[in-house]
Amino acid sequence: MRTLFNYLIFPGFLFSACVGLIACWIDRKVTARIQWRVGPPWYQNFVDIVKLLGKETIVPAGAKITFLLSPVLGLLSTILVATILGVTVRLPLESFIGDLIVVLYLLIIPAISIIIGAFSSRNPLASIGASREMKLVLGYELPFILAITVIIIKSAGSIQIGSILNHQINFGSNLASFSGMLAFLVAIICMQAKLGFAPFDMSESEQEIMGGVFIEYSGLPLAIFKLTKAILLYTMPLLLIILFWAKNLTILASIGKYIAILVIIILIKNTNPRLRIDQAIRFFWGPVTSLAIIAIALALFGL
Amino acid sequence: MDLKLKALTKSLWVFHAACSPCNNCDIEILDLLTPRYDVERFGIALVGSVRHADVLLVTGVPNYKTKEILKTLYSQAPQPCLVVAVGNCACGRMMFKDSYNSPCAVDELVPVSAYIPGCPPKPEAMIAGVVKLIQKVRGKK
Ligand code: SF4
Repeated sequence: MRTLFNYLIFPGFLFSACVGLIACWIDRKVTARIQWRVGPPWYQNFVDIVKLLGKETIVPAGAKITFLLSPVLGLLSTILVATILGVTVRLPLESFIGDLIVVLYLLIIPAISIIIGAFSSRNPLASIGASREMKLVLGYELPFILAITVIIIKSAGSIQIGSILNHQINFGSNLASFSGMLAFLVAIICMQAKLGFAPFDMSESEQEIMGGVFIEYSGLPLAIFKLTKAILLYTMPLLLIILFWAKNLTILASIGKYIAILVIIILIKNTNPRLRIDQAIRFFWGPVTSLAIIAIALALFGL
Repeated sequence: MDLKLKALTKSLWVFHAACSPCNNCDIEILDLLTPRYDVERFGIALVGSVRHADVLLVTGVPNYKTKEILKTLYSQAPQPCLVVAVGNCACGRMMFKDSYNSPCAVDELVPVSAYIPGCPPKPEAMIAGVVKLIQKVRGKK
């Protein structure tokens, strides 16, 4: 019963969806202000979701069953991540050993569900988008996991989010050291790609491939994808806060940290043009991975 | 008024279907997204795929090629989908009426819900047209 409540209402679906949609609004509003516009009202993203629920759902001819299943798969796994993280923040002792690994796996599933959905829609442009997304996943997963390895090294080899939290509460944030700072930088860049924001939004670029992976989606499945992205926009910064910046996690401090990271994401998004996919992979496997390796070396020396 | 229509009128996603216009209308449409007019205030956004669209914005006179494409586009859009004809060309073919390359007008192909005349119409006129369209959609219920 409590698990169900956790999953569906408080740190899970309802709460994270509301926070995520409001974060999406902050994104649109700040973007608009940067471009000297006014921007939409705060309930805009909720209205968008309700509207999409009321639209017709079109399934393209010859699409497989995975076309409709994959959005649900992505949404379920993102909610699970939001629940695990939310419960851990409230009660760090309730986490189980190895939940960091589980979270890492679950965070790849939304990308995989997007890829499966796009491929099963039998649209050539969606296929291009999906293949880009696939290469991007290969690109950013390596430095992201290396950055998290830094955290594991720094918190004495623990792979339990609760004990990583406790370690930081006792010995200060990971961000306060050189290796932690480098790893944080790497993680922010990887998060940008995980969220599919510019400069790494080549998989759904509206201008060249018309929405790319989402081109055939309409109505309910599109709403689910939008919701998944919104919840990811809540969970990814939360994960970074927990791993890197968890010295002081009172409600006010966490909200402040969350908004700070959100604004960093939005500023990166608005000041960079879209990269080509080959440039992105070279960027991730070259400079970003080297930064992550330097961070690991520093962490091993205890810096 | 039911929630579905209310949400629809608060978040119109627009797909821009250019049926061989002279491009002036399209430039004026893009003006709507600039800081001066900023229709994102009302939830109006330009989308890349017709599957996401609520409004099909048609400019120009259909010719033999774009005629078929426009019909396909309309059938691909999820219902409820509104069609807005922007510019004199799309409203009534204007001086291209007797052209050898102009088989029919836009409203003979797809059901048009709002006409915005002008060559090209001013952005203010387009906003007025969209407001009338929204009133029409809401009034129907
Ligand atoms: S209405 Fe005028 S401006 Fe618009 S496409 Fe036709 S000729 Fe061009």
